[in-house]
Amino acid sequence: MTTPLVRGTEKTTATTDSAATPKKKGRTFSPWGVVAWLVGLGFFFPVFWMVLTAFKQEGDAATSPPKLFFTPTLDQFKAVFDQGIGPAMLNSVWATGVSTLLVLALGTPAAFALSLRPVRKTQDALFFFMSTKMLPIVAAILPLYVIVSNIGLLDNIWALVILYTSMNLPIAVWMMRSFFLEVPGELLEAASLDGASLWRSVREVILPLVSPGIAATALICVIFAWNEFFFAVNLTAVNAQTMPVYLVGFIAGEGQYWAVLSAAATMAALPVILCGWFAQNKLVRGLSFGAIK
Amino acid sequence: MAAITYKNASCIYEGSDKLAVDSLSLDIQDGEFVVLVGPSGSGKSTALRMLAGLEDIDEGAIEIGGKDMTGVPSKDRDIAMVFQNYALYPNKTVAENMGFALKLRGVSADERRKKVEEAAKILDLTEHLDRKPAKLSGGQRQRVAMGRAIVREPQVFCMDEPLSNLDAKLRVQTRTQIAALQRRLGTTTVYVTHDQVEAMTMGDRVAVLRFGKLQQFASPNELYDKPANAFVAGFIGSPAMNLVTLPVASDGVKIGDSTLELERDQLTKLSDLGLSEVTFGIRPEQLELTDSGGVEVVVDLVEDLGSEAYVYTHAGSGVELVARCNPRTAPKLADTVRLRRHPEGAVHLFHPETGERIN
Repeated sequence: MTTPLVRGTEKTTATTDSAATPKKKGRTFSPWGVVAWLVGLGFFFPVFWMVLTAFKQEGDAATSPPKLFFTPTLDQFKAVFDQGIGPAMLNSVWATGVSTLLVLALGTPAAFALSLRPVRKTQDALFFFMSTKMLPIVAAILPLYVIVSNIGLLDNIWALVILYTSMNLPIAVWMMRSFFLEVPGELLEAASLDGASLWRSVREVILPLVSPGIAATALICVIFAWNEFFFAVNLTAVNAQTMPVYLVGFIAGEGQYWAVLSAAATMAALPVILCGWFAQNKLVRGLSFGAIK
Repeated sequence: MAAITYKNASCIYEGSDKLAVDSLSLDIQDGEFVVLVGPSGSGKSTALRMLAGLEDIDEGAIEIGGKDMTGVPSKDRDIAMVFQNYALYPNKTVAENMGFALKLRGVSADERRKKVEEAAKILDLTEHLDRKPAKLSGGQRQRVAMGRAIVREPQVFCMDEPLSNLDAKLRVQTRTQIAALQRRLGTTTVYVTHDQVEAMTMGDRVAVLRFGKLQQFASPNELYDKPANAFVAGFIGSPAMNLVTLPVASDGVKIGDSTLELERDQLTKLSDLGLSEVTFGIRPEQLELTDSGGVEVVVDLVEDLGSEAYVYTHAGSGVELVARCNPRTAPKLADTVRLRRHPEGAVHLFHPETGERIN
């Protein structure tokens, strides 16, 4: 079994069979590019102004017209730390992190079952997931409050963990399902013929392919859970207070302290921005790498 | 290596009332190369997937090496499959793709590398072993898929239209390579295609399917020379056999006013069956141009292939006939010519209603 029986035929014959080469992108000027930049700057400006204001003294922040040049200071950040941002930050990290992990642990198998291994009544199951998002949360808050109160989880971070998990799960299942659907089913069949168990083929063949999709889903869950305000403000007080609730504390009754509010808001936005930064690599990577011609 | 037996195996898809494969019975010998061929929707792929364990066997049974495979999961059947889209693992290199099955079986890394390198040498993939499938050409991907199958040394190869994603020239080359490889390895192979040329050139035996039912299971020559029914007659051969339903006369079949003569025993069979009409089949190469006698036809189209030419004609009665002729002496468009049966030419007669072979 050592002499070559099959010769590489492509090299010697005039076929159209050539190795895949990356496409080159032409850099041509397009007026849409300008529009895109304008829109991008429009979105970025408020964030930029928030960060800028965070480094101002209250006096500089309140001037009219607004000041673009000033002596930067870290006083506002110091003030935020002095007012005890720690517990709120920790609560937010806990509620966001644990709920996202739970969502992925529950949602990945669900998405798999609803895409690559279609079960009976797949459409009904999908609709059920989506239907849980149809009721406005405002309408459900009273019964939720009573339940949470009865099981003694008021002002307890675990109440938020559970609620954030159930809030994000339907979106995560739908999102991950669409990523799973792009994986060719033959890959699972090939793995099973190669002798892989279901668990093994999912772990070694499917998960590496859908990992960008899972990362994207995780990021969405993190953003939603981190920014969630309504549950947090209604079901927590001091102990389980999260960042959005803590932020509201800076909106004072008498006078506006823009600079310190901006500093707190910047602190609150930072973790999400960091998550997005780290997930970016995964997000832009293509999902399929030429499994299918 | 093992023999395969389909015993009245049937498969029905959920939500359909028709059987995708309808009591298929095949006896495939150890080491044989069998091709399943048929038009789309004939159940050929389903039959293969039932063997591989990717579709349920709803009725009957399939045996590999004498063991009933009903309910045995694919991973325990010791079958390697080459998919139409190759289904290579995109995140693994060529070597990892080829060695995955061995890794799952717990073969040591050294042993694995040796086997993969051996297979890579046969398939001329040695220099691509560290690449990912996305960096390969279609032909190379196809060979990796073959390599993944052969390193395992399985009992059975299943191939589901493995050449249909290659361009025409590469397809012809790869066709002969796969056939040669199979002869050399001696592994029982079931190969699915819709291309009757592939079926004829590759298979030891060919099973023709239609609507999930087996039409004929025979060697390529037998399929060509003695098709079991009108469907097989029309499906095998290119250009297709001339198949026309004609009235029976005392000495042959009538095309308009002329008569194509039949043999005595053929006429006896027809009269025994009491048929006034018969589906008459004759291959283009069994018809020839003649100066006198035969049937008068008008030329509609001449297809010159260089080594031979095909003349598409119609007779006055609307019957269409294709004949092969020498391209140097081919008639012109709209010429009126005469066709007759080649002196040794075989004629195929089929029942006009059931389509079953009569002679």
